[in-house]
Amino acid sequence: MPVRLYLNNVGKSFTMHLQGGTVIPVVDRVEFSVDTGECVVLGGPSGAGKSSILKMIYGNYRCDKGQILVTVGDRIVNVADAEPRQILRLREDTIGYVSQFLRTIPRVSAEHVVAEPLIAQGADEAEGLDRARALLARLNVPERLWTLPPATFSGGEQQRVNIARGFIAHYPILLLDEPTASLDAANRAVVVRLVEEKKAQGVAMVGILHDQDVREEIADRIVDVTNFSAEAAA
Amino acid sequence: MTGTAQLQTYDFAGGEYNFAYLDEQTKRMIRRAILKGIAIPGYQVPFASREMPMPYGWGTGGVQVTASILGKDDCLKMIDQGSDDTTNAVSLRGFFEKTAGVRTTYETSEATIVQTRHRIPEKPLREDQIIVFQVPIPEPLRFLEPRETETRKMHALEDYGLMHVKLYEDIAKNGHIATTYAYPVKVNGRYVMDPSPTPKFDNPKIDRMAALQLYGAGREKRIYAIPPYTDVKSLDFEDYPFEVQKFDMPCGLCGAENVYLDEVILDDKGGRMFVCSDSDYCEERRAEGHTGPMAADPAAVHIGGGKQEETDR
Amino acid sequence: MKAFQSEDPLLQVRNVTRYYGDRIGCANVSFDLWPGEVLAIVGESGSGKTTLLNCLSTRLAPTAGAIEYRMRDGAMRNLYQLSEAERRLLMRTDWGFVHQNAADGLRMNVSAGANVGERLMAVGERHYGNIRATADDWLGRVEIESDRIDDDPRSFSGGMRQRLQIARNLVTQPRLVFMDEPTGGLDVSVQARLLDLLRRLVADLGLSVVIVTHDLAVARLLSHRIMVMRHGNVIETGLTDQVLDDPREPYSQLLVSSILQV
Repeated sequence: MPVRLYLNNVGKSFTMHLQGGTVIPVVDRVEFSVDTGECVVLGGPSGAGKSSILKMIYGNYRCDKGQILVTVGDRIVNVADAEPRQILRLREDTIGYVSQFLRTIPRVSAEHVVAEPLIAQGADEAEGLDRARALLARLNVPERLWTLPPATFSGGEQQRVNIARGFIAHYPILLLDEPTASLDAANRAVVVRLVEEKKAQGVAMVGILHDQDVREEIADRIVDVTNFSAEAAA
Repeated sequence: MTGTAQLQTYDFAGGEYNFAYLDEQTKRMIRRAILKGIAIPGYQVPFASREMPMPYGWGTGGVQVTASILGKDDCLKMIDQGSDDTTNAVSLRGFFEKTAGVRTTYETSEATIVQTRHRIPEKPLREDQIIVFQVPIPEPLRFLEPRETETRKMHALEDYGLMHVKLYEDIAKNGHIATTYAYPVKVNGRYVMDPSPTPKFDNPKIDRMAALQLYGAGREKRIYAIPPYTDVKSLDFEDYPFEVQKFDMPCGLCGAENVYLDEVILDDKGGRMFVCSDSDYCEERRAEGHTGPMAADPAAVHIGGGKQEETDR
Repeated sequence: MKAFQSEDPLLQVRNVTRYYGDRIGCANVSFDLWPGEVLAIVGESGSGKTTLLNCLSTRLAPTAGAIEYRMRDGAMRNLYQLSEAERRLLMRTDWGFVHQNAADGLRMNVSAGANVGERLMAVGERHYGNIRATADDWLGRVEIESDRIDDDPRSFSGGMRQRLQIARNLVTQPRLVFMDEPTGGLDVSVQARLLDLLRRLVADLGLSVVIVTHDLAVARLLSHRIMVMRHGNVIETGLTDQVLDDPREPYSQLLVSSILQV
């Protein structure tokens, strides 16, 4: 199986200038790879740096050292030193991110929020909305909410809207940041099926999953982040 | 002519006034501005406008232009709103009779120079005639752009979108282009120009006119010109083409159609009539035997009568 | 529509410096802007962000440095070597400028329709019916009712005026729009509506935007990239979410930590 994502000797710390320049090490010498159709789950307790690794892969956090190599077609892009516009391009068609929290945009309806990534990849609006509605239905978001902006939805509803948004488009690499946290069993099962479908399509995934059952169902491999954070602190 | 008798008492050789009031250096300066204006049709040439012995708004710009081009053999006609015998025309005619001693006339065809305030004679002008316009505000862009520095730049760059904004507003607010006087024109395909507050009825007359047109604005210190036979296009929209005013009745006195008419109130009971604004044209037609529908009206006789007397002089 | 694909930048800025006498307005600013990209310039009052915006939009000549723009024919031209006529044509066709105070960008004494139609007339459109139809369409796109088309902007609310200003700028399908605090001075709810409208128009039209704002929430919602300025210098630059979520420089950290949480 070809490697889609490769982290090589990645390190990250935060310098808190407002607190006298305190340096907070996060992770160091992170090294793992993810193959096509593989789901790697990051293990370790809270604060071990799992989220930071995911954010570095997405280009949301800067990477102080090492390389984050992403295969795009026949090219390899290093996210760690990529230009902003290269990262934006990667986010448009290569790397997807499903976070726990929806950043709501005023006045945009749920179905449009969900359809947006697909439309950004070139789908027309009608097709995007069709797929969005199908996904919202699968995730049991009541139909009466689809045309409303999600700002007033319950936490669980917002989360499912965000999951639909994360899964609607095809990205060769998908990052899952606790997508099932606080979901009920039925919806957790839907997410598991969505992940299985992505795997079948050859999507390489990196996830943070605290839910033991879900983790066992979808993880092909678990990478223990504690090793990297311990080294960082040392 | 009553003025003629008066003039003969003046001794110009004695030097009471230089010929046509202005000194020769000033006339040269103004002639240079005029020549530049003719060379760049429609372009407003700044000039060192002089104080004249009359208030601004009385035609100080037109008077300076006329004084600079006037020769001893010229015959001058003065019009104010189409009429030779309203205050402004009478005063300015008197001014030149006194300071230049030139011949004056009411008849368009007899004049070599016509100075006008707000009208162009109905009778077409010839190549051997010059018409001088009195202009209050020469800048057609002033309505929307108060900065002179900016309007000059707009002229230089032919940046004339604003003129159409004004016409757009007209149509949006009135359903048609409601500008009826000082209707902007484009001269020789280049400069947008204000044809002075003449009714837009006269705009077709300035297009390819045989006579030289000179425009003088005394207070604003600008001179501009349109050489004979220059294309002058009134601005408009494709779907709202330029149109002149139409009058649905002929002149009450001479029966002329397709001329510009003035409304005359006859009494305080709502009686009124429409007569030629160009009084000379009207009188000439009546002398030729044309009569309008109200020519026999006692009030009309009174209106036309006064003029008739003067023409007879 | 695919953004960020073009290989050729639209605007190239190199070492732009502007002095006011001995004082620095902005110093040594360099960046590239690509088609479809939104760049936010953030910083507090007096940081030089408006000076920079005015230099970029040819409203204020820089003391030193070069700004090149890719014209519609594909050629890069130095903005300060354009003739006045070329510059004006650029400003009323290919560019837009949205002022903080809508009155600065509108003609307050002519109708909304004429405000939107002016650029069309300036580039030679001479059919009243077409101009009006286009103006009406654009008023709709910025959510102004058709029946306000003949009203003066003086009778409009602040938010409506700002939306009218945007329509007036976008009617000629510009490729680059400069915005100076476009949501400044508006009520929060009015601001949210305007931001959403801007976000949609920018994405639909594939506009490149340079937006000056002191409001990091505005930068987060609208921009792809951010440039933090202080005392005329660029302190930090990068992806918007990267700079806001992982600010590196002391001043950027201070700025981010100063945001009020709702």
